[in-house]
Amino acid sequence: MKKIHNLQRKNLEQWTGFFYILPWLIGFSIFQLYPFISTLYYSFTNFTLLNVPSLIGFRNYIRMFTTDSLFQSSMRITGLYTLMAVPGKLIIALGVAMLLSAKIKGIGLYRSLYYLPSILGGSVAVSVLWRVMFMRNGLVNQILGVVKIPPIDWLTSPNIALGTLSLLQIWQFGSAMVIFLAALKQIPRELFEAAEVDGASKIRQFFSITIPQISSVIFFNLIMQTIQALQNFTSAFVITNGGPMRRTYIIGMKLYDDAFKNYNVGYACAESWILFMLILVLTALVFKSSDAWVYYSDEGDHK
Amino acid sequence: MKRAQKAMILRHMILIIVGIVLIYPVIFMFFASFKESNEIFTSKRLLPEQFLWTNYVQGWSAGTTGRVNFSNFFINTFALVIPVVLFTILSCSIVAYGFARFNFPFRKILFPVMIATMMLPNTVIIIPRFILFKNFGWLNTYLPFYMPALFACYPFFIFMIIQFMRNIPTSLDESAKLDGCASYHTLAYIILPLLKPAIFSAGLFQFMWNWNDFYNQLIFINTPKRFTLALGLRLSIDASTETVRWNEVMAMSICTIIPLFILFFSAQRYFVEGTATSGIKG
Repeated sequence: MKKIHNLQRKNLEQWTGFFYILPWLIGFSIFQLYPFISTLYYSFTNFTLLNVPSLIGFRNYIRMFTTDSLFQSSMRITGLYTLMAVPGKLIIALGVAMLLSAKIKGIGLYRSLYYLPSILGGSVAVSVLWRVMFMRNGLVNQILGVVKIPPIDWLTSPNIALGTLSLLQIWQFGSAMVIFLAALKQIPRELFEAAEVDGASKIRQFFSITIPQISSVIFFNLIMQTIQALQNFTSAFVITNGGPMRRTYIIGMKLYDDAFKNYNVGYACAESWILFMLILVLTALVFKSSDAWVYYSDEGDHK
Repeated sequence: MKRAQKAMILRHMILIIVGIVLIYPVIFMFFASFKESNEIFTSKRLLPEQFLWTNYVQGWSAGTTGRVNFSNFFINTFALVIPVVLFTILSCSIVAYGFARFNFPFRKILFPVMIATMMLPNTVIIIPRFILFKNFGWLNTYLPFYMPALFACYPFFIFMIIQFMRNIPTSLDESAKLDGCASYHTLAYIILPLLKPAIFSAGLFQFMWNWNDFYNQLIFINTPKRFTLALGLRLSIDASTETVRWNEVMAMSICTIIPLFILFFSAQRYFVEGTATSGIKG
């Protein structure tokens, strides 16, 4: 009798942890898994919010890649934006982190100062500021005027506007910098001392020690920043509203218009699924390539 | 030694110049908020000719229709963000406790699933979420923000708290258990107090993200009465049919970021350390 009781108790006990994670399991099922599967389902329908969705096979996907030239240009623009914003941001973040990594006075002050844009950058307020600063007679052109550079149409020139949006993304390099800074501190000093003894130049040390040692962090930052950049919406919506000539009409805006303005829900779901696949492929690629260039310090023990 | 000194001075000079370039836009925004509208675009001076406090007074209700103004937007934003933050830290701590301290059936599947959802882009699930919330009758309320927070749909924070919990010795739990402490007592009286720094970081980030969020608010909230600061600010650039009075818009922009400023300068250690230790994106 007692044995059975114990068994029951043990049975119950092994579920204790399950009860603690139950809120997540419910939330995950309703707010993440269900929507995720629905997106896939709707992407094969002609759902418009007002009709009963009926399956139309791959028609949405075919339309995207054949007749909807706006989708194709949106994808191109999004790619271009990511290519400008992410590497730019990471290079500056690493550069500044290198400057700060030496024992330097006032490091706390610099670090906080540089971090501030990361706190504010995503807000509508800063997007509004960007719009004001980069107008034809705005602050940036005024400053350029002082050094006799003719005004540039930062927001209205089709070839430049996307770059202006990337600058806002790059401006927020502080959070990536803080991650780099933490990684740089982990590099064993002896490596540099040994290299110094061997007469390796600073540049050589950077490429042969620093980069390999922090490669896993570079890789992490690269993935996270790319995923973030591909989904950008606020700055394009507030600063340029997709213009001029739809040259800043990034995929986030296209999705928003298709789903919530034109109510082409089925079609928008197909687009978002393509975006998801793209993110998935990129993440997988970065993961896969990481074998070649990410250095883990415990590697020696396993091979 | 002299060469090293020179290098150090150069270093500081670069850092200061970069710092000025980074911060100047914010300083410009502050002073522009007191200028006359065309002064922003004509005068090269940073300081305004005279400080026009009226920009703030007029901006407070500009672009908005009659009964709503920035007082409402402020109240609404707090009404949205504060419960979201509290719900998030509560639910995520409980879930993190479950994952970090217990072995239970399906843990081997559920834990990787939870980690994988960190990579799930919001863009991919937002359309069905909208339909779901519409069917629930949750549009134009803050439930689309409260409920996912209450049900721990923020794997980033769960993960962050788990990482922190791993540094708390399990011997504490075990001795509590031997003393006859129920597991929820262990959580409430032993683990949670030790988790304070992690919870604080998570709360700060959640506050900042929701304060700045525009996309979700734009989709789930349509009635001006419920507008948050982000939506209200956008209203003030969009609604005015005549030319936008940028000085007033700048004034309101300053107002919307002041709470972030206060938060950042009073708790910057937690922001910076939270980012450095958990690799959270800013």
